[in-house]
Amino acid sequence: MPRNVKSLNGAGFSVSVLVSVGRHPLTARARRADHDARAVEMALSLNDASVQLIHAGDNDTASEEALRGYLGMGVSGVKRIEQASNADVVPALTNILRFAAPQLVLTGTRAETGEGSGLVPYLLAESLGWTVVSGLAEIESIEQGVATVLQALPRGKRRRLQVRLPAIATVDSSAPAARQSAFGPARRGELTDCAYASVIDELQTQWHIQPARKRPKRLKIVKSASARDRFKAAAAKADSGGGQLLSDVTPEQGAEAIFTLLKEEGVLR
Amino acid sequence: MDGKCSAQGWVYSALAEVCRRGPAAKATRDEVSTMLNTLLPILIFTALALAAIGAVRRMRLWRQGRPSPVNLLKGLAAMPRRYLVDLHHVVGRDKMISNTHVATAGGFVAAAVLMILVHGLGIANPLLGGLLLLASTSMFVGSLFVARRRLNPPARLSKGPWMRLPKSLMAFSLGVFLVTLPTVGLLPDGLLEGSGSWLLALVLAGVVAWGLGEMFFGMTWGGPMKHAFAGALHLAFHRRAERFSTKKGGGGRSTGLKALNLNDEAAPLGVEKPADFTWNQLLGFDACVQCGRCEAVCPAFAAGQPLNPKKLIQDMVVGMAGGSDAGYAGSPHPSQGIGGKPVGEHAGSPHGPIVALEGKTLVDADTLWSCTTCRACVEECPMMIEHVDAIVDMRRHLTLERGKTPNKGAEVLDNLIATDNPGGFDPGSRLNWAADLNLPLMADIKQVDVLLWLGDGAFDMRNQRTLRALIKVLRAAEVDFAVLGAEERDSGDVARRLGDEATFQSLAKRNIATLAQYRFLQIVTCDPHSFHVLGNEYGELGGHYEVRHHSTFIAELYDAGRLTFAPWKGGRVTYHDPCYLGRYNGEYEAPRNVLKALGIEVKEMERSGSRSRCCGGGGGAPITDIPGKQRIPDMRMNDIKESGAELVAVGCPQCAAMLEGVVDASAEVRDIAELAADALVERPAGDASGGSRRPAATTMTAEEVIV
Ligand code: SF4
Ligand code: SF4
Repeated sequence: MPRNVKSLNGAGFSVSVLVSVGRHPLTARARRADHDARAVEMALSLNDASVQLIHAGDNDTASEEALRGYLGMGVSGVKRIEQASNADVVPALTNILRFAAPQLVLTGTRAETGEGSGLVPYLLAESLGWTVVSGLAEIESIEQGVATVLQALPRGKRRRLQVRLPAIATVDSSAPAARQSAFGPARRGELTDCAYASVIDELQTQWHIQPARKRPKRLKIVKSASARDRFKAAAAKADSGGGQLLSDVTPEQGAEAIFTLLKEEGVLR
Repeated sequence: MDGKCSAQGWVYSALAEVCRRGPAAKATRDEVSTMLNTLLPILIFTALALAAIGAVRRMRLWRQGRPSPVNLLKGLAAMPRRYLVDLHHVVGRDKMISNTHVATAGGFVAAAVLMILVHGLGIANPLLGGLLLLASTSMFVGSLFVARRRLNPPARLSKGPWMRLPKSLMAFSLGVFLVTLPTVGLLPDGLLEGSGSWLLALVLAGVVAWGLGEMFFGMTWGGPMKHAFAGALHLAFHRRAERFSTKKGGGGRSTGLKALNLNDEAAPLGVEKPADFTWNQLLGFDACVQCGRCEAVCPAFAAGQPLNPKKLIQDMVVGMAGGSDAGYAGSPHPSQGIGGKPVGEHAGSPHGPIVALEGKTLVDADTLWSCTTCRACVEECPMMIEHVDAIVDMRRHLTLERGKTPNKGAEVLDNLIATDNPGGFDPGSRLNWAADLNLPLMADIKQVDVLLWLGDGAFDMRNQRTLRALIKVLRAAEVDFAVLGAEERDSGDVARRLGDEATFQSLAKRNIATLAQYRFLQIVTCDPHSFHVLGNEYGELGGHYEVRHHSTFIAELYDAGRLTFAPWKGGRVTYHDPCYLGRYNGEYEAPRNVLKALGIEVKEMERSGSRSRCCGGGGGAPITDIPGKQRIPDMRMNDIKESGAELVAVGCPQCAAMLEGVVDASAEVRDIAELAADALVERPAGDASGGSRRPAATTMTAEEVIV
């Protein structure tokens, strides 16, 4: 059940949602991306906020259909910046966001197509100099340029954060599900094209991309007489024990800790 | 009850009083006649004029609706036949009411015409007068029966103004009878020569005026007699002219939903407000006589879900005219728990929304989503009203414009869009269940006698058993068949009933394009929903096929001597008619013939054939899942129990799923294909009677059928 935020300061509040063209996991058909749709849902459930949808990417029929999926949720239009398929969309998005100057930018955690690295929000935050928050589950209130939000943590935990606006927040499957997309509004909604030259992602052009192979999951064999224990073992998620919570540390100390960890895990050698 | 007796009593006692005072004569017979002769034309023509004004106003209400192409003259010409044949075919299921109606309505129409001639225009011809006496007598006798039915009316009948109708009928017939007596000189001399004779004349005029008020004025100003006026025109201008029989016979079934024109961006997507219905749909709602036959057969109503088809139609009438439902005098929409949705809380207007965005207007959304589209109401309605069309029209708006398909609806529609099946399964896995069966694929052989349409039951483990059984039967009869395999998509049935016309048409068009690549004589399917959609609804989109239900096909194979069954050794068996096979497609016989061929004597349930009760699985009802007091499949299982059967034969994957879902069921659920497969006997070697594969000559016909 989406919670409406009552304490918005009138209609002046503007939210931009970055939406991408999704891809159905089984049939690979273009669709509204699940996380992005949840971001739109969250924006629409903010009372009186003016919601603007922005998309940067390819411009073909399949992607138009998919973008209309967002329009069907009751948004009147999507601003579409056409970009070549091998372009880096960050410059285009930075440009339009700087221009539109929304107080809050919402987007899905990662795209369902392309690189799907989930880095776009961070790169945008970096180039705009805004705060970035990941895994938003709920926006509780927005008052005097500060948003109180709930961030989703693994296993249903929630953390309340106060974020100074403007900010970029990402939304994943712990946010409320997107509302149904209706045919009528989807057909009527407008796609407005904005031009911005594609900046080709040179690095990406050198990559070789192939479909992921499903790997068998190694099962932990639990020798136990009790069915309950065996079930628990089979259903248990990998326990992220042995972590370390760092708070009130300097950036250098933080970086040091991360560096050590990456070395321990063998990521860096 | 009380009011009724006293009103009747009033007429009689007034007459008696007048007769008693008779002897104190002053006025002459002539004076009375003159008085009546002056009064009656005034009364008759005033009533006619008022009726005409009312008729124009009523027609204006209907014309608020959207255009609908009908041939007006042809319709009017066909109206008497539609009334006498088609309507009486429905009414005639209850002989008593049918005869009552013939006497009353026939008497009234004749009396009205003759009365205008005799008393209105003063053509005091004794022959006409005599006929008028006859007509009014017939009407009076009829109205006695109407009155008798109203003595202890069943719950399905509306009360309120309908309770006064028999009295009004009597007033009219009796009044007309009495004022006609002088015309034929059949009046005892003494009667009209008393001091009370002027009083008598006044009383008579009063009685006639009451009758005229109800019968003429009330007919067009919204009284109970409105049903005759609107009903006659509805018969003439019905939106589905093809559902009526013609002199050449045939016709009589028109069950496919009408397609929305999605290319016309100005056309509304479904019905948001009463004025979005077509004018003849509005006319149809106005024709409702509130007989409640639809209410009596509606499974959703019986289950206590918030839907009463009769109330829904009345809600539409309220909306069309504007106002609240406070005047409704029948059973309300039930709702969970006791009581029902109280009347008077809902109101609407011709250009206001039917379902409120927030709060209440005319109808609550869960009323529309309770319907299983079983068509029992349409089948029973003597006024030929199309409830299912109206319900789906309103659902279309909720889904296509508001995106408000309840419960699992949105998920199912998303799955249909993304994976072409409601469960969201990988479309490539549609044939996984048949991995060991080596089914021939259309893509490989291109041309075949029988295209076996699997339906979405291919993803359901219960239905896979039925499909395997059917394939065993087809192989035993050496039928030349093939399947589409992964190329098959959902037929679009559920999407359409949930109001998502866009997804339906998208699925339908792609299926039609796939089918167009291949040659086949006929499609056979074990899913009546696919059967209905492929056979009755794809035509409008350009796909014309010869479709057969597997029971029909098995019956044909058996008749052709291509199947041999071992005699039945099990217990008592009953058969459940699937709505989409029976009422939608008129196939009641073939499944019973197959059961007979299996040596089974069917123990019929009380509700069977065209009056079969829905299993609760149609129209997306299990998806929208509107709560009620009880579940529809439980009620159906109870019907099965009452028939004494230990096994129920079904012919639909939905019915099988719904009935098997009943907890503590008293009967086993088996598909006809399973029963047939179990009873198969290898035919003795050398018996080749029609058993071999059809020669190439047959496939030539395939080409003819396809082009
Ligand atoms: S809709 Fe038809 S069946 Fe139902 S009450 Fe009206 S006339 Fe009778
Ligand atoms: S179609 Fe069936 S469920 Fe729907 S209103 Fe008619 S009788 Fe009731």
